[in-house]
Amino acid sequence: MATPPTSKSFALPNDLPLDCGQALNKVEIAYESYGELAPDKSNAILICHALTGDQYIASPHPVTGKPGWWERMVGPGKPIDTNRFHVICANVIGSCMGSTGPMSEGPDGKPYAMQFPVITIRDMVRGLVALLDGLGIDRLHTVVGGSMGGMQALSLAANWPDRAERVLVIASTARHSAQNIAFHEVGRQAIMADPAWQDGDYYASDASPDNGLAVARMAAHITYLSEEGLTAKFGRRLQDRSSKSFGFDADFQVESYLRYQGSGFTQRFDANSYLYITRAMDYFDLAEEFASTPGSGKLADAFAGASSRFCLVSFDTDWLYPTAESRHIVHALNAAGAKVSFVELSAPHGHDSFLLEHAALDRVVQGFLE
Amino acid sequence: MTLRPDLAAIAAHVAKGSRVLDIGCGDGALMAELESTLGVDARGLELNPAQVERCVGRGLSVVQGDADRDLANYPDKAFDYAILSQTLQTAERPDRMLDELLRVGTKAFVSFPNFAHWRTRAALMFGGRMPVTSALPLSWYETQNIHHVTIDDFRELARAKGARIERGWFFANEKQIGAPAANWRAEFAVFELSR
Repeated sequence: MATPPTSKSFALPNDLPLDCGQALNKVEIAYESYGELAPDKSNAILICHALTGDQYIASPHPVTGKPGWWERMVGPGKPIDTNRFHVICANVIGSCMGSTGPMSEGPDGKPYAMQFPVITIRDMVRGLVALLDGLGIDRLHTVVGGSMGGMQALSLAANWPDRAERVLVIASTARHSAQNIAFHEVGRQAIMADPAWQDGDYYASDASPDNGLAVARMAAHITYLSEEGLTAKFGRRLQDRSSKSFGFDADFQVESYLRYQGSGFTQRFDANSYLYITRAMDYFDLAEEFASTPGSGKLADAFAGASSRFCLVSFDTDWLYPTAESRHIVHALNAAGAKVSFVELSAPHGHDSFLLEHAALDRVVQGFLE
Repeated sequence: MTLRPDLAAIAAHVAKGSRVLDIGCGDGALMAELESTLGVDARGLELNPAQVERCVGRGLSVVQGDADRDLANYPDKAFDYAILSQTLQTAERPDRMLDELLRVGTKAFVSFPNFAHWRTRAALMFGGRMPVTSALPLSWYETQNIHHVTIDDFRELARAKGARIERGWFFANEKQIGAPAANWRAEFAVFELSR
């Protein structure tokens, strides 16, 4: 992948303690912000990005040149209106768009690669909270996140309950299921099986594990879509040909699409970051974090001190983080006495629905921010 | 804003600052009224996602869900009042619903259309057809009201369940009427219960 361009960056004044017991020093958090911060700092919204997302939420991606990943939601006059709100989105630690991660320089002057400590969702949020401290924002108007971003929003609400007035969690979960972990493991094994991976030490070499990373992305991408959506978009249609080739070219449109998604992804993402961030997601189990003894964790305990208003949204065709996971969180919040709203929206596009055009989602988001 | 008369009767008897669960809260009209005028901590449960959306837009805390299933997820006595307006007759098992109301709430308000109103009786007696009235506007095949109930039936259910009827209010033509012969005269009834 290309070297990440320079975003705004905040150097943490202190070492960042991690759940694994180590600490990261000289941590940089790259971020973008949109809209003016009110003098009383009451209008700040933190948006947490998903696995392969980044801080370029409403401005063009510097590597691909594509529009920001949530431009339809964030901007002047959009549901998250930057005429009213100061919107912050930071690249999580472990990622590769300017925040400290495996491709950053380690203590020996060389990239960390696999010497980077294994991080957790809570570690990512610890980094985000340190950024908010640096920006002088004590209390967010709202923390918003979809998918892995939703895990961060939940982690913030549970671990730093005073830092957000509202918590908006879209298409997310409070724990990774066996199926979630299984798909991530396929991706990681694809990367590590690529000879160019070289035990993660590929930064100084000519080769990088693009093939493995592309396969990882292809497998993951399937989980972001629905069968209905795939059938509608591709069916069994052939790609630029009138008959099957009796070979292993991308005969089908769906194969061509996945290959394109896979190779495009390698332009903008680092394979080691993919390993670390998927690991963090697999380790995520918010109830377990609050368990007094292993296995005893009740999710409601995680929200015992919560004073925020919560809103959860799921999509009926999302089989990656299905509605049942959101309901599980809602029940825990109810049991903890927290103020919570929940709605399951109907959308044909599976998990990715949260990124796509959806009028009802817009209304819920806009309404919840009022 | 003007509340439906049964909701107004409920709103007039909810204590200030109490915790309320409104089951089948619709567009949240009662919740909004309770929050703004009485400082009530109101939560809602509503089946229809479009209604939930509306509630979220009003700043209310409403969960999309099915009262038949999802009440089980609320802790015992989590609320001072559980409110079930115009929903009892749609429940899979109204008897179990009543138990759940008095489990999650210290008190319960229940409102329902009275199937023994004289107009309903007349439609059945003289027309020989399932009644379609202003209180029960849908035909038998499309109505959600799968368990029609009369005021006397409800009193009997409460007695059988060991629930105490604290108060009752009766309505006809959008106006409150007296208790005498309510099972004939009332189109709607509201009861406050405890156990």
